[in-house]
Amino acid sequence: MQQIKKDFPIFKRTINGKPLVYLDNASTTQKPIVMLKVLENFYFTSNANIHRGIYTLSEEATDKYEAVRKKAAKFIGARTEEEIIFTKNTTEAINCVRVSWGEKNIKKGDEIVVSSLEHHANLVPWQELAKSKQAALKIIPLTNDYTLDAEAYKKLLSPKTKLVCLTVESNVTGTIVPVKQMTALAHAVGAKVMIDGAQSVGHIPTDVHNLNCDFFAFSAHKMLGPTGVGVLYVKQSLMEEMAPFMYGGEMVESVKATSATYRSGPWKFEAGTPNIAGVIAFGAAIDYLSNIGFKKIMAHEQELLAYAKKMLAKYPQVKIFSPSQKHAGGIISFAISGVHPHDIATIFNNEGIAIRSGLHCAEPLMNYLGVYGTARMSFYIYNTKKDIDTAEKALKKVLKTFKL
Amino acid sequence: MDIYTETILDHYQHPHHTGALNDATVSATEHNPLCGDVIKLDLKIKNNVVEKIGFVGNGCAISQASISLLCDAVEGKKISSLKKLKPKDIYDLLGVTISPGRIKCALLGLSALQKALKLTKN
Repeated sequence: MQQIKKDFPIFKRTINGKPLVYLDNASTTQKPIVMLKVLENFYFTSNANIHRGIYTLSEEATDKYEAVRKKAAKFIGARTEEEIIFTKNTTEAINCVRVSWGEKNIKKGDEIVVSSLEHHANLVPWQELAKSKQAALKIIPLTNDYTLDAEAYKKLLSPKTKLVCLTVESNVTGTIVPVKQMTALAHAVGAKVMIDGAQSVGHIPTDVHNLNCDFFAFSAHKMLGPTGVGVLYVKQSLMEEMAPFMYGGEMVESVKATSATYRSGPWKFEAGTPNIAGVIAFGAAIDYLSNIGFKKIMAHEQELLAYAKKMLAKYPQVKIFSPSQKHAGGIISFAISGVHPHDIATIFNNEGIAIRSGLHCAEPLMNYLGVYGTARMSFYIYNTKKDIDTAEKALKKVLKTFKL
Repeated sequence: MDIYTETILDHYQHPHHTGALNDATVSATEHNPLCGDVIKLDLKIKNNVVEKIGFVGNGCAISQASISLLCDAVEGKKISSLKKLKPKDIYDLLGVTISPGRIKCALLGLSALQKALKLTKN
C-alpha cells in the first residue's frame, strides 16, 4: 500500500507550499491515473451515443457502457445486471426510489423509519414523502457509543412501517450499521429497506443479495471513479411495478403522438443520454479496487483509524466522536472546545491537509451529538501514517494558536 | 497568511457586545447553512442613531470576531451611514485577507445588520 500514492497524479500538488495530505475521502476520493486514462480515451477514440446508432462507434460505446452495468452488479453481489440503474449520484438514486416506488406505495398513516446517522440524502427525501403522503417519519436513536439503538429500533417497527432507510456507514462517526439484521427485522413486519452505501461500497465488501435489501444506492466518485455517476440497485421483483423516474428519450419503447410505452428493466429509469464516459471510466475504478482487494483495503483503513484515534486521544482538549473499533470504518470526527471546526480546517489547510469541517450534511446528527459541527478525517487506500503525523503537527498548531 | 491575528483571537475569545438587549427596537437573525453559524443581532435605535447593540450567537473565529468588531464600529453611528457599509469595510476591520471559503463567515454580522436596518423605519 506504500506505493499507491504514485498511482494518483494529484499527489504531485502542493498546497500552501506543503505536499497535499488528503483526508476528506468521505466527501470524494482522488482519482487513479488508470481511471483517468479510460475517461480520456473514451472521448479521444470512442465517443458516440449509446443504444441508438447502428454504427461501429455507437455499438462499441453501448457494449462498454453495458459491460460496466455487469461489472457493478458483480461488485455489489446483485444477481443480474438488470438490477443496476445508473444515476448521477447516490442522492439521485435515493430520489428515484422516492418517486418511482414511494409515490405509489406510501399512503396516509404509513410509517417510514430512518436512522439518526443518515446523511441528508437519505433523510430529506423521506421527510418530503412523509409530508406529502401524511405518513409519519420515525427516527432510530443513537446509543452513547455512536451506534444505533437496536432495542429502540425493534420498538419502532410495526405493521404500519412501510419503509426503513439505513446507511451502511455514517459519514460523520464512521459507525458501521448492522444492516443485514436490521433488514431482516424490517422485512418481518412487511417493510421495504433502502440502504445508502455511499460510504461503504469502496471500503468494505457489499453483497446486496445476501443483505436482501430492496434498494441500495452508492456513488462512483467516492470509490475512485468520476463524479456524475451513481448506482441504484433495485431487487428485480420490485423493479417492474415501479413507475419511470423521468420521461424522455432512451427510456421509451414506442411513442405515439399522445402516449408512449416504456422499456422494462433498468433502462426504464435512465431517460436521456447518461454519463457514458463516466460510467465506462467507473469500470476502471472497480477493476483497480478489485485488484487491491477488500482484505487489504480494510486492514489498511483499520490500521490508520486506530493510529489516528490514538493520536487524537493524546490531547485531552480533543473530543472524539467514534464508536468502539469493531463498529467503525475509516472515518473519525472530532471537536475541540473553544475552536470552531472551520478554524481547525483552516489551520490544517495551512499545512497542506484537506479535512472536512462543519455539519457534514448531517445536521440532525450534530444536534444528537450536541455540537455545532465537527472536524472530520476520513481515510482511503493512499493515506499513510505519515499523513496522520502531519495532521498531528497541524493539531498542535491549532491548540497553540487558540492557546489551549 | 495567518488569519489568526491577536486582534481576531482576542475578539473571538472575548467578544464585545455579547448578550441580548431588553430594550431592542429591532432585531435580526442570520445563519450560515454551511457551518451552522447563527447570530441574532439586537439594536436599540433612537433618533436614527444606534444607541446600543448586542448579539447572541456562535460560530468560528472569523465570524465571531467580525461581529464583535462590527458592533464596536456601529454603536453611536447614524443609520444613514451604516446603510453604506460594504464588505470591504468588514475586511478592513478584520485586517486580514479573507479566502473565498470564509467570506460568508466574515460577512455574517454585516448581513444581519443590513437585515435589521431594512426593518427599521426611517
